[in-house]
Amino acid sequence: MSQAESHAGMIGRRLPRKEDGRLLTGRGTFVDDIVLPGMLHVAFVRSPIARGRIRSIDTSVARESPGVLAVFTVEDLDRIPAKLLSFYFAPPCEPPVPLLARGTVAYVGDPVVMVVAQDRYLAEDAASLVNVDYEELDPVVTIADAMRGPPVHAGTDSNVAAAMGNEQDDELEERLSKAPYLLTRTIRHQRISQSPMETRGVVVTRQGEELLVYITCQSPHLVARYLSLALDQPTLNVRVIAKDVGGSFGLKNHPWREEMSTIVGAMLLGRPLKWIEDRWENFVAANQAREQEITVRLALDRDGRMLAAHSDYSLNNGAYPQGADANIAVHLFMWAAYRMPHPGFHTRGWFSNTVGLGAYRGPWAMESLARETLLDIAARELGIDPVELRRRNLITKADQPCTTPLGIPLEDITPAECLDELLETLDVPAFRAEQAAARKEGRYLGLGIAAYVEPTGAAGSIAPMTGELAHIRIEPTGKVTALMSTHSQGHGTESTMAQVIADQLGVAYEDVAVFEGDSSRGGFGPGAAGSRQGVIGGGASRRAAAILREKVKRIAAHLLDADVDGITIEEGTIRVAGAADRTRSLRQIAEIAYGEPSRLPPGMESGLEAQYRYDPPPMTFTSAAHACIVEIDPDTGFVRIRRWLSSEDCGTIINPAVVEGQIAGGLTQAIGTVLLEEAGYDSRGNPLAVTYKDYLLPTIADVPEFEFLHACTPSKSEGGFRGVGEGGAIIGPPTLFNAIADALAPFGAPPLELPLTPAKILEVIEGRPIAGKSAETVVQAAPVAPPVVQEAAPPPQPAPSAPARIDGAWKMVLATPMGPQDMVGRFTTEGSVLRGSLESPEGAMDFEGTVTDSQLHWEMKVKKPMPITLKYDLVVDGDAISGKAKLGIFGTAKVTGQRM
Amino acid sequence: MSEHRIDVTINGRRQQTTVEGRKTLSDFLRIDAGYTGVHVGCEHGVCGACTVIVDGLAVRSCLMLAVQADGSAITTVEGLAPVDGSLHPVQQAMRDEHALQCGFCTPGVVMTFAALTSGPDKPDAEGLLDALSGHVCRCTGYQGIRRAARKLASDGGTERS
Repeated sequence: MSQAESHAGMIGRRLPRKEDGRLLTGRGTFVDDIVLPGMLHVAFVRSPIARGRIRSIDTSVARESPGVLAVFTVEDLDRIPAKLLSFYFAPPCEPPVPLLARGTVAYVGDPVVMVVAQDRYLAEDAASLVNVDYEELDPVVTIADAMRGPPVHAGTDSNVAAAMGNEQDDELEERLSKAPYLLTRTIRHQRISQSPMETRGVVVTRQGEELLVYITCQSPHLVARYLSLALDQPTLNVRVIAKDVGGSFGLKNHPWREEMSTIVGAMLLGRPLKWIEDRWENFVAANQAREQEITVRLALDRDGRMLAAHSDYSLNNGAYPQGADANIAVHLFMWAAYRMPHPGFHTRGWFSNTVGLGAYRGPWAMESLARETLLDIAARELGIDPVELRRRNLITKADQPCTTPLGIPLEDITPAECLDELLETLDVPAFRAEQAAARKEGRYLGLGIAAYVEPTGAAGSIAPMTGELAHIRIEPTGKVTALMSTHSQGHGTESTMAQVIADQLGVAYEDVAVFEGDSSRGGFGPGAAGSRQGVIGGGASRRAAAILREKVKRIAAHLLDADVDGITIEEGTIRVAGAADRTRSLRQIAEIAYGEPSRLPPGMESGLEAQYRYDPPPMTFTSAAHACIVEIDPDTGFVRIRRWLSSEDCGTIINPAVVEGQIAGGLTQAIGTVLLEEAGYDSRGNPLAVTYKDYLLPTIADVPEFEFLHACTPSKSEGGFRGVGEGGAIIGPPTLFNAIADALAPFGAPPLELPLTPAKILEVIEGRPIAGKSAETVVQAAPVAPPVVQEAAPPPQPAPSAPARIDGAWKMVLATPMGPQDMVGRFTTEGSVLRGSLESPEGAMDFEGTVTDSQLHWEMKVKKPMPITLKYDLVVDGDAISGKAKLGIFGTAKVTGQRM
Repeated sequence: MSEHRIDVTINGRRQQTTVEGRKTLSDFLRIDAGYTGVHVGCEHGVCGACTVIVDGLAVRSCLMLAVQADGSAITTVEGLAPVDGSLHPVQQAMRDEHALQCGFCTPGVVMTFAALTSGPDKPDAEGLLDALSGHVCRCTGYQGIRRAARKLASDGGTERS
């Protein structure tokens, strides 16, 4: 589609959003606004301790409490089997996650009993009357606890929830040790509460074979698919509705323990149930994010050119992560924008007695924080300007196409160009002069700069990340209706998709109505996950609208006796070149298309309806460089942000107001991350932030006015769009951190530990401990002791017994980065030749390998999630099979199984 | 449980009813009266999403009991715009300035703006921004809210630097 065909010129305009009218007048429909006849209300009894055994549960008083209809424990809910799954529709972790506590509790807030009553007040009254007797045990709280402490989950041999990469890489070690300059730093990122202003919530009713679920979520289509798989009842039709959603930021990817308990409870009772999380519950029981630490070793030559790097990364997964995660993406994208020849990593996720890990905007953002803060430290130590250090290493347009050492193909990233653009607007020498003059007056200004690339619009690699669907029809009235697979939690997709459709069809923006938020309309899409909807939904909208436009033109040409190429559609009016008398409205054509099929071109289907499912290139990159100027008050340690410039390249922009809104929102979350927010625990696993008086979110007083520069290099995706949803949250933290470090340079270096509270900053300024927790902090800042617990990937050992029986079928589990994957292996042996097949939900694959006594070895190439060679080394011991699979750059995964 | 008779006027319509003593004004407005534009974000008075106007003042309805509103005139976000489909000046300014994304905190922001700008003593931009520091928005980074505040201010938006 050429640009010349964008008659209406809707792309790139700051049009008012279609969502805003209802939201400004209080007429949105959020989940708590849903009221059904006979609806009952749920409250949960939650664990007050981080770890313990349940000795007994006494619900007798609660059952007699006024208005109570049911009191459920996990055994009651077991009557309807329901599995919790990860975002990838796989088991989230081992052991399985129970809906309610089963015999033990694993974090403060762990739901133990579910009470159902006539209203929420009565449900909470009754919940307070449930008596649970616990035997309290010492909890595993921090990553350090998890490395040294006993396993959180009985029956497991360590607290390693997931691991990838190489623990020992001799070649890389040699490169690091021989480098002229080696910088080693450990960076700690606090735990974050995503804090959407609307908490979690669900309303569910079963009507015959239809399970109707209203839920605040990121995609009703994904939730419907999730519930179908989780409940696995072939005759059950699941319909999920989410009209307006009050933010999510990764929290509401899919249902979890409380939502699933409420759904099962409604099925058991045969009554509609509502559960709306209150803010205390959101702090103690909603999955949280980040809490990670990384030790990076960065080797440079004396000119600051990158030679090698290694990252040792750990992530607190809590007790029940929504997917056991070692955060491979941190390592995939750590150096992607830079010419880093030899990157390496070892990465682990750890179980602890804290609430489970969930997603948060830019889940891999630690890579930019670590890289960009280290680059500034290196620049300072080497005496190289930080901008110059980046320029010497950033991948430019001239370097592309190229492939990163970790296998990511790059074609059109522009971080170096964004940095150039940034520095055309920001006068760095003038700032340095101002900074020097200010220091003489005892005022401390600092400038931080950072650059990055962000993968957006991913599709086709893993189960939920599909293309997006647009179903568009021109109604007989001439108005346009679009049913989309996209979904907004504030993203404004009703507006941006309408803009794209109006642009392609040549109709007024006001005449396009976009419907999303109902799994019975449109088609599958994972929603807002990975900055994808503008790219993929926008592409689908363009393609579907183009099909319709061509159909309208063909009908018009036929009816008006004109050439198709001479027909134009603008503002809903169809014109024939050079024949003003043959002008028709879209409505006139539509009425004929639906009502008088005999007048259509021979063989043409009646109506004006089209749909297209668009699959974009595997990855579309967005690039950016940001700059921030701060002033630090040396008396209070307060940071004031004086200026913030964003220079980004998110391709063709549909609506600049929406793009800038996404960047500004992400940057504000970054400001919270660097300065304010912390969802911590005490040593007994008690949450320290349970209200917005403890967990500080940025207010209007904390956030500057952002300045935006847009580069707009069209991507190779349909329409040239690139994703922009997460970038601000990724690039923001290092930009602000670097500015603070620059301001504090006369005093010393700030701790690489977020948040940088005023007390921590004052410690740097005054050179003495001030923060209450600082003594503890200093101790923790020592190098992390090697974990006592070895990770669970035992090398294959020859079985002691006689020739093993290998031939036959084996049921196996592969612990992949996306969670455990079930497989069935079928083996036949002939001497030392092993032949077989491996079946997984992804498909079946044949292989040939070798067998020696009881040891099996084979290799197979796979294309998903990326092209890698899998090397299996397994050993058979009687009816058991175990060993490991080397997953290319993803490291090694454990394999376990039994004979079928 | 204690039931109390209350007599309130909500968005210009008088209602006489009974409520339980412990029921918050926010729950009464949402559940009993059906004004679901009142959004409950934190239930402890920090986020500001539940702000309504009670007898001319912006009030956090999660921190007030319904019985305390007896005899009062209450305006919720549903009561601002005229029935002709146009918007109240505050709503229009926020729409024009893209001052919202998910819209959950929005009714509270609108009501604080409306309470402060409807009378003769309109605050300047500085005053409006100070008042807005009592509202949490997790989506927008406050960029559009700040621009709307300038438009609505008595001084046409001159902030002290």
